[in-house]
Amino acid sequence: MILFYGWLYAGVLVFLAASIVRAVRYSRQPLHLRWEIYPVPHGKSGELKVMVPEILFLKGLWEFNRPMWYVSFPFHFGLYLVAAGTMLLGCSALAPAAWLTVLHPAYVACGTAGAVLTFFGSLGLLTRRLSVRGLRMYSSPGDYVNLVLFAATVALLLAGEWSRPAGSAGAMAILRGAATFDTALSPPPLLTAGIAVGVGLLAYIPLTHMSHFIAKYFTYHQVRWDERANPVGGSIEKQMAEYLMYRPTWSAPHIGAAGRTWAEIATTNPPQGAAK
Amino acid sequence: MKPVALSDMSRLDRDPLIHLENAELMPLPAPLDDPSKDHAWRALTDQARERYECGLDDTCALSFPKPQSPAEERELVGKFLAGLDKLFSRENNWTFLQPLLLTMEHCARCQTCADSCHIFEASGKNELYRPTFRTEIVRRLYFKYVRNGGLLSAWQHGEIDLNWNMVARLAELAYRCNLCRRCAQTCPIGADNGLVAHELRKLFSMEMGIAPKEIHDNGSMLQLKVGSSTGMNPEAVKDNIAFIDEDISEKTGVEVKTPWDVEGADVLLIHNAGEIMAWPENPGAFALILNAAGISWTLSSELVAYDSINYGLWYDDAQFARVALKHAEAARKLKVKRIVLGECGHAHKALAVIADRVLSGELNIPRQSFLPLMRDLVLGGKLDLDPSRNNFPVTLHDPCNLVRLMGVVEPQREILHAICPQFREMTPHGVDNYCCGGGSGFAIMSGHNFPDWRFHVSGRKKLDQVLNAFQDCLDPSTPKYLCAPCSNCKGQFRDMLSYYGLWESHRILYGGLVELIVNAMKAVKPGYIEWEWH
Repeated sequence: MILFYGWLYAGVLVFLAASIVRAVRYSRQPLHLRWEIYPVPHGKSGELKVMVPEILFLKGLWEFNRPMWYVSFPFHFGLYLVAAGTMLLGCSALAPAAWLTVLHPAYVACGTAGAVLTFFGSLGLLTRRLSVRGLRMYSSPGDYVNLVLFAATVALLLAGEWSRPAGSAGAMAILRGAATFDTALSPPPLLTAGIAVGVGLLAYIPLTHMSHFIAKYFTYHQVRWDERANPVGGSIEKQMAEYLMYRPTWSAPHIGAAGRTWAEIATTNPPQGAAK
Repeated sequence: MKPVALSDMSRLDRDPLIHLENAELMPLPAPLDDPSKDHAWRALTDQARERYECGLDDTCALSFPKPQSPAEERELVGKFLAGLDKLFSRENNWTFLQPLLLTMEHCARCQTCADSCHIFEASGKNELYRPTFRTEIVRRLYFKYVRNGGLLSAWQHGEIDLNWNMVARLAELAYRCNLCRRCAQTCPIGADNGLVAHELRKLFSMEMGIAPKEIHDNGSMLQLKVGSSTGMNPEAVKDNIAFIDEDISEKTGVEVKTPWDVEGADVLLIHNAGEIMAWPENPGAFALILNAAGISWTLSSELVAYDSINYGLWYDDAQFARVALKHAEAARKLKVKRIVLGECGHAHKALAVIADRVLSGELNIPRQSFLPLMRDLVLGGKLDLDPSRNNFPVTLHDPCNLVRLMGVVEPQREILHAICPQFREMTPHGVDNYCCGGGSGFAIMSGHNFPDWRFHVSGRKKLDQVLNAFQDCLDPSTPKYLCAPCSNCKGQFRDMLSYYGLWESHRILYGGLVELIVNAMKAVKPGYIEWEWH
């Protein structure tokens, strides 16, 4: 059990660490030139009106790629429900016993519905990716394995839960066991395997393009919607002053890099002989 | 014919990967609904195929000479890889590094973008023009060569083989995208295939010195050398404007005088100098309107400052910055209160949006589109207008740079609703518009048979929209006006309408927006819009 608990902790830690590293990496990139796409929502309420339907219901896909939405929405919404179920499970482990009458059915319902939706969603995505040429030719072996992994994980979790003998340790007991390192706990093997694979998948996600839940913050807030002006003496001006001192190494003759800074390059006029 | 595959890009033969027939293309509405009656494409000459890298499709944008030896090919591939590396370095590409990384590392390959691309759709959904085709190659190269990915990376991101043929074809493919970013607008994740084409163009120009002659040598370099890509130096432009003033005064009965280099003026107006050469009625209309409304305005005769074009926007950050700085510097020198951009979409985006973060201190002068100013003049009662003079069908083309990429959507509509009784929208329009097919430099690129490609493929969706907008009045007895408030778009329409003979057969004329305003001015002799092809 010690190994199992270690795996659980390691998986969650890798997920958190890799997600943070990825987010920090993008946030530390230099401020780019403006590259917004309109319409740009204004104010927090304007942003929420776009973000909530996009995040919860994949509105963009509904609007522009309906056949994909039919399989992608259950997949993603299923994952949200699994995440919600997991959080409710965590709350249940900490909450007073009286609350369990509400929390227990809630996390069971969320987890079960989420797993079922994710299972069919991932199989649907896999089927589309295999059957539509326009998707197949851009897919790597990894893309297929990722989808199989999702389907297998939720199938294991469902099978583990549904085949669990009465009175045996369930998700709640395993969570409590992990919190207290209860080595005497003996959960059913199938459920244990499902949780172990699930945590491995969790750790794997931020190492791949599936981390687009992180990227989306940046692509929307820092690219599509970033129409901040550059007031005189403001922070943007200070950042630009730093970047204009960078010394690029582009080799084409008309750039005339030769150790010059961006500021120097921008103020030369190559056809008048100044760049060479 | 078997659809092209990613691996075909590195094929060793030099034959084009695809060939398009008219019957394969997206169907057009009447009167162009019979593909068998459509023009046959001019073929690339044998000489062009012999001399240049033309291994992509039916045309050739770059005229890049074939390397003479394997050693030269290896050297070019080495340069390409060095450039690829620089695209992902802070010092070389701080300008677009963050959005580029986000696009490289998160595309889910869902292909949602494909249906939004007018080039892909118009080509009959030819795989080569799918927006992710180019991006997927660059992505695989990025993971393999920039991130030094091994077998695991290839398993996760896909394998790719690199050779000179791949590089040469990729260079051409960077010029099969109008950079309209309609694909990016629909991507649920926010990946941007238009940006990838843009960055590829930068790599080829800034590292390898490869760019279309019309954009670089005869474009940004000529502008920096003599002041304008039209070749006009300051004396020539002043002469031409004086001639336009005289001509417009005579034509309208209203004395027109364009002010030059007025210190402290409220507005520094910058035209696309192509207007002065090709459509003089446009700068003439601006002068007439601004004078009639009592606006304090001026043109500048400083080098570069009388031509708003900034082709660097499409292919080269250094060229872009050089031109943008010259525009701002001219405004600073004249101590004007603001710069107003005339009817040129890419100039709007270049100076008002993209240059925003690099113009600091005294160079950070307010920069605006002409559209809100004109809207205020038209709706504010500054001009005495008679809309019945514009009582003919008018539709509006939205230049991508103004709408989707800058957010200027309503002012032009408010003007047209006020002065054109028969105004009708295209479908879709506004931020959802389609590119004219001439965007990102295509309208001025005319090497080999490239115009055939831009009429048949990149301009096809827009042609479809124009014809649909006028389906109720196609009869040549009704003159129709396609309003395109952008010089580059007008160039594309001039060439494309002429190619299909739509003025002769159906009386579809194109023109700017300010011409419609002057046409409705009561103080002006009727008939400012001349129903003649030009």
